[in-house]
Amino acid sequence: MIPELGLFALIIAFGIAIVQGVVPLVGAARNDATMIALARPAAWAQMLFVSIAYAALTYSFVVHDFSVLYVSQHSNLVQPLMYRISGVWGSHEGSMLLWALILSIWTTAVSIYSRGLPNVLMARVLSVMALISVGFYAFMLWTSNPFERIFPVPADGNALNPLLQDPGLAMHPPMLYMGYVGFSVAFAFAVAALLGGKLDATWARWSRPWTTVAWSFLTFGIALGSWWAYNELGWGGWWFWDPVENASFMPWLVGTALIHSLASTEKRGVFKSWTVLLAILAFSMSLLGTFIVRSGVLVSVHAFATDPARGVFILIFLCVVIGSSLALYAWRSGTVVSTGRFTWFSRETALLLNNIILLTATAAVFVGTMYPLVVDALGIGKISVGRPYFDTMFALVSIPLILLLGIGPVMRWKNDSSERIIKSLSIVFAISLSLGIVLPFIVDGVLNIATGLGLAGALWIAITTVQIFYQRIKAGSRMPLSFLGMILAHLGMAAFVAGVTMVMTYNQEKDVRLEPGSTYELSGYEFKFNGVKNVTGPNYEAQEGHLEVFDQGEKIADLHPQKRAYSAMGNPMPMTEASVDTRLMRDLYAAMGEPLGDTAWSLRLYYKPMISWIWLGCLMMTVGGVLAVSDRRYRQKRS
Amino acid sequence: MSMNKRSKRKLLVVMVLLGVALATVLGLTAFEENLLYFYSPTMVKNGEAPAERSFRAGGLVVAGSVERASDSLLVKFDITDNEETMRVEYSGILPDLFREGQGIVAMGAFNDKNVFVATEVLAKHDENYMPPEVASALKAAEQNK
Repeated sequence: MIPELGLFALIIAFGIAIVQGVVPLVGAARNDATMIALARPAAWAQMLFVSIAYAALTYSFVVHDFSVLYVSQHSNLVQPLMYRISGVWGSHEGSMLLWALILSIWTTAVSIYSRGLPNVLMARVLSVMALISVGFYAFMLWTSNPFERIFPVPADGNALNPLLQDPGLAMHPPMLYMGYVGFSVAFAFAVAALLGGKLDATWARWSRPWTTVAWSFLTFGIALGSWWAYNELGWGGWWFWDPVENASFMPWLVGTALIHSLASTEKRGVFKSWTVLLAILAFSMSLLGTFIVRSGVLVSVHAFATDPARGVFILIFLCVVIGSSLALYAWRSGTVVSTGRFTWFSRETALLLNNIILLTATAAVFVGTMYPLVVDALGIGKISVGRPYFDTMFALVSIPLILLLGIGPVMRWKNDSSERIIKSLSIVFAISLSLGIVLPFIVDGVLNIATGLGLAGALWIAITTVQIFYQRIKAGSRMPLSFLGMILAHLGMAAFVAGVTMVMTYNQEKDVRLEPGSTYELSGYEFKFNGVKNVTGPNYEAQEGHLEVFDQGEKIADLHPQKRAYSAMGNPMPMTEASVDTRLMRDLYAAMGEPLGDTAWSLRLYYKPMISWIWLGCLMMTVGGVLAVSDRRYRQKRS
Repeated sequence: MSMNKRSKRKLLVVMVLLGVALATVLGLTAFEENLLYFYSPTMVKNGEAPAERSFRAGGLVVAGSVERASDSLLVKFDITDNEETMRVEYSGILPDLFREGQGIVAMGAFNDKNVFVATEVLAKHDENYMPPEVASALKAAEQNK
């Protein structure tokens, strides 16, 4: 009964979305106040019904209703409540429902928090968002109904993939989707503005906070996924250039370009049509990300769907959304005139360069991710692009980006003098470059230019950022939250660069064979293996190893890595649970391999210097984004 | 003065274009160097796989073929597309779902003794999952019979 209710609610939400997508849009064209006024209540009604559908599916999971195919595929009787709730988005059908729910949450949020918008613009924005919803509802109803029943009803279900049974990963998809879908707001504003032919600085002011919030969620979501991969996959890496990761990284890169270009458009009235194009591109990348992750074209743990009908549907949807918005852009953007004037040496130019670099990076990721898919689709062969390609590209792109990150924020709008910039930054440049190169030499005794440049880059960003912060304090000028947000996010970037550089250079890893009682030394740390015991968890049996770590004879950590076997119908599913001792300056990491002989085990040991700085940096960027949108000027404009 | 400004702007545009062009050239070079092609055991037997560069090979792990060294992490096993088999050597920890009969993909190259040495062995985290490359290799071998 409840699943049918859910399906029914989904169909009603679909109907409402069609009305919300068409009527206010027609009303805006005809200037019909009644039709325009329909947008808001329709958005709320749609939210109500998609929430009912979502609740129905969650309920089915909670009460173990295995008559629902999706529930029986992704949960079983022993699965803890938390992973039954997160099981809803553990696979294809449910994650599409989550997508639709989140889109509807964003739509409702826009209808509530943007009350100051002119009615016509609001109607257009809500309509555009509803049209995207229509696509997702249709996708679910025609190809991936989460409420499909099975008969006979199985006594127990198939467990959720054990990889997904982790708190970090449970939160990863919702955060990521909040980011992906959040870019639909900027997209809807851009399309609405193009339809209305009115693209001014207010348009940028309206879109800006929404874009920043979406970007913060996306940053946090990607960081969670990376942190999870580090802890769960047992490979000790934090980024694999897997197509799935790239799928979330491309919207992030374009989104980062977008928030910087929105700043120029809002403050100076420049790059208007460019910003609109970026808004379209950012959401297109989100849709593309959803497509390549969910359509089953990828060799990946994320690719659940193998039904070609789904792939075709999303591909058509993608073409319609991207194609029509780009056509609209081509038709209307000619009327947009950027008003601000600036010289070649100004903050506007710096932000434009930032955009060019970020889009170059996006293009590099795009080629590396999509080329194998295209080649495969054309039947030419099965290829993949190796990690060194991406590493090389990013090393290349990060040099100008890091340089610019130090210079841009110091520059003045409109026009600045190169003499002033050189005067204020040359000392910082010399200090960071020499410190960056000398520091690893002192600690390590080896001159490593790549490491030196990486650390110099981190220092350069950090010192220049602190410098502008300090200058503001000294001048006694007002410090809005948006400025503090920028400072924190840029410092996060410095921490990130430092972490990446240190891990890439000084990372030590070793697969070893250890007998109980034997030791292995890695980077000056002595790992002593004390053998394995059996442990029983709520829905798994595990063999838990015990390692003691000694630093110059003194015990500093106990590690308890596990090899788990999750109970499932048929074969138990094996799963490696790594054990990590985290300190600010280093991680010690152990993962179980397999038993070798009677008592010996293969173990994977790692020493990872400053790896937590990578996630710390991401967290700082996230909080920076949140600070920026908390700025008073966005709240004042609302009333 | 205005002439000067204009030429400076031109210089900036030229520099940006040069930068993007340089990135493209370097990118395409890196791209070409890091393309990994997939070969089935049949294709490897036919000598289609490159001798000098890394590639990916995939198939089902042959039952009873897994041999472990007693004192190191060296492991040897055969993979098959049900037509031909090839031997893979790997030193390190195998993925959780590596087992006989499972479809796996190994990334590596031939060493000077003409043994395929894998640097990475991938088995996806789903026991019912078959890497698409392996699935199509099995299909191709089936059709050639």
